Amino acid sequence: MSDDAAGSTAAETGLKNSVTEVASFEEDRKGIVRTIQGVLHEYPTLIPLFVLVVGSIIFAVAAPGKFLSPLNLSVVLQQVTIVAILGMAQTLVILTAGIDLSVGLIMILASVVMGRTAVAYGVPVYIAFPLGLLAGLACGFLNGLLVTALRLPPFIVTLGTWSIFGALNTFYSNSETIRSQELEAAAPFLLWLGKLFKLYDIGLFFGMDLPWLRGWVVTYGSVLMIVLAIILSYILRHTAFGRHVYATGDDPDAARLSGINTNRVLLAVYALAGLICAIAAWVLIGRIGGVSPQAGQTANLDSITAVVIGGTSLFGGRGSIVGTLFGALIVGVFRNGLALSGLALLWQDFAVGVLIIVAVTIDQWIRKISA
Amino acid sequence: MGRLGFLKATLAASMMLGAMAGVAHAQDVTVGLITKTETNPFFVKMREGAEAKAKELNLKLITAAGKFDGDNDAQVAAIENLISAGAKGFAIVPSDSKAIVPTIQKAKDAGLMVIVLDTPLDPMDAATATFATDNRKAGELIGKWAAGTLGDKAKDASIVFLDLATNQPTVDYLRDQGFMAGFGIDVKDPNKIGDEDDARICTHEISQGDQEKGRTAMENALQKCPNVNVIYTINEPAAAGAWEALKAVGKDDGSVLIVSVDGGCPGVANVKSGVIGATSQQYPLKMASMALEAIAAGTLPTIDPAAGFLDTGATLVTDKPVAGVDSIDTTKGAELCWG
Repeated sequence: MSDDAAGSTAAETGLKNSVTEVASFEEDRKGIVRTIQGVLHEYPTLIPLFVLVVGSIIFAVAAPGKFLSPLNLSVVLQQVTIVAILGMAQTLVILTAGIDLSVGLIMILASVVMGRTAVAYGVPVYIAFPLGLLAGLACGFLNGLLVTALRLPPFIVTLGTWSIFGALNTFYSNSETIRSQELEAAAPFLLWLGKLFKLYDIGLFFGMDLPWLRGWVVTYGSVLMIVLAIILSYILRHTAFGRHVYATGDDPDAARLSGINTNRVLLAVYALAGLICAIAAWVLIGRIGGVSPQAGQTANLDSITAVVIGGTSLFGGRGSIVGTLFGALIVGVFRNGLALSGLALLWQDFAVGVLIIVAVTIDQWIRKISA
Repeated sequence: MGRLGFLKATLAASMMLGAMAGVAHAQDVTVGLITKTETNPFFVKMREGAEAKAKELNLKLITAAGKFDGDNDAQVAAIENLISAGAKGFAIVPSDSKAIVPTIQKAKDAGLMVIVLDTPLDPMDAATATFATDNRKAGELIGKWAAGTLGDKAKDASIVFLDLATNQPTVDYLRDQGFMAGFGIDVKDPNKIGDEDDARICTHEISQGDQEKGRTAMENALQKCPNVNVIYTINEPAAAGAWEALKAVGKDDGSVLIVSVDGGCPGVANVKSGVIGATSQQYPLKMASMALEAIAAGTLPTIDPAAGFLDTGATLVTDKPVAGVDSIDTTKGAELCWG
């Protein structure tokens, strides 16, 4: 294979200056390329981290004084919050070698259920809000049920439910937008995640005058995103359920043979993904300051983009929540940085496309090592 | 008018056909209404207007829509179905104003009357008639209002434009350039955004007519234009998004004027509460009911040959009127609003 050829050429180049005797094939004589490949296989999150750092340096030069300002970086963090949370839901599903095309619409449907139930039907928010979460959970559960009970491919299932949830969204929302003033009056709780606080004030609260924190403003939604990332990472790495998710995605037959109820794992993953989408709905309401049944049209693909750029393998079994967080940040940084550098939206789209293809290429290359 | 597409970026797009929904009555005369999508409140209102008029005139109405904005295939199928159904004519909001032309010609050849609503065809005379908002005039109204409100300060303004899309669909440049002309900016090519050299133009950003993307666009614009005092927005969701961005940096104290176009009910409510300074209201319900009336009667109302289309009107809605620009207040605007 061409890859092997390239690898051995590189290995020979590496050998040229070190060993002059007959080539030996001991483990520690790998070429530098193989070593990098191995390290990346061990820590796949390094790539998105690297891209994030390089991207930031480029834009710091391209948009001097603007990109690296604390206020702008705060804004980028706010801009990526929704996609990052949806991406976490998507990561869970993709880790099982599935895909969820309906995440965006679950989010919109849940936001409509929360907002409209509270505002248009006057239901107290302590009922309307859990109803919205429940709607998300139910949507995810339906996806999971169709994938496990009917054994349909996740792509087809969620393509179908994407359409169904879209129709339900139109039905329940009547295509009507709910304004922030209406929410403020009926259910201010739903707007809470959009509220900002200054990191500097937090420092002062703890009696520390930290001038480098000046200018940083964070929404509660972004805090929730980070908390969610920590919780999900913990679940995936340190609980039996988390390990079962990886095992199911890596090799469902082997997982089943080793006693994992893969159907139950899949059902739980899709349901949990639905619930996370409903949490994203809460963030969305805070960010746009209202409920718009037509918002978030590109969220499905944006979430998949974040997952892929974050280094999670579409073939399942490998990847991480932190990677997805980086993936979402990379897209946010590139879009914001290119916009501040004065490039038109089409070049932002172009750059995101390049990032996706590069990310998948690297993933394929890293996978070769296990062969 | 190029409203935001529903799910246009999704994988399934090509697999979807437009939904045909028949309203069954026992009438002889069949008419059709084809909109871009089922979900946009603008088209929802249009359909309501058509349904009411069909009931009044005892017509059988068949409605159809694409799955997303730009879904030409679904509209082609809908027209073919209407021809088969023996319809007398139909009103259509074309998703692709060029690609639909041959199919519309087929319908005209079959003897159907085709009235294009909201988004003129390219060429416009491919339709039997066009009933639409004069979007350039709608833009001019808010441009004049913004200039009048600023008074002497208009010459030092810093303006952010939140446009619709990179490819500048008709509605995008008509409103944008209309605003500039109304504000007193030399537009150069009146059909092109971005060739102007007026120093007051701080930046053009893309909002896609969406509340979330409108906020993102405004956040980016604020980095470039910290002294912005006028924001032109393609529609009211984009305006609402821009407001959230202003609020986050404490610029929601009335120091920045936001103007918009559409006149949807949430938009008018936002004018009332001071989020939007003024908006140009358009009348989708009127477009649809006039079209059905014309098809049922088989005759067209008088159309100004210079314009080439029937202007269904755009009215400035504001609670802070400016001398020399006709406007209605938000109470009146709320009575006439859609969505």
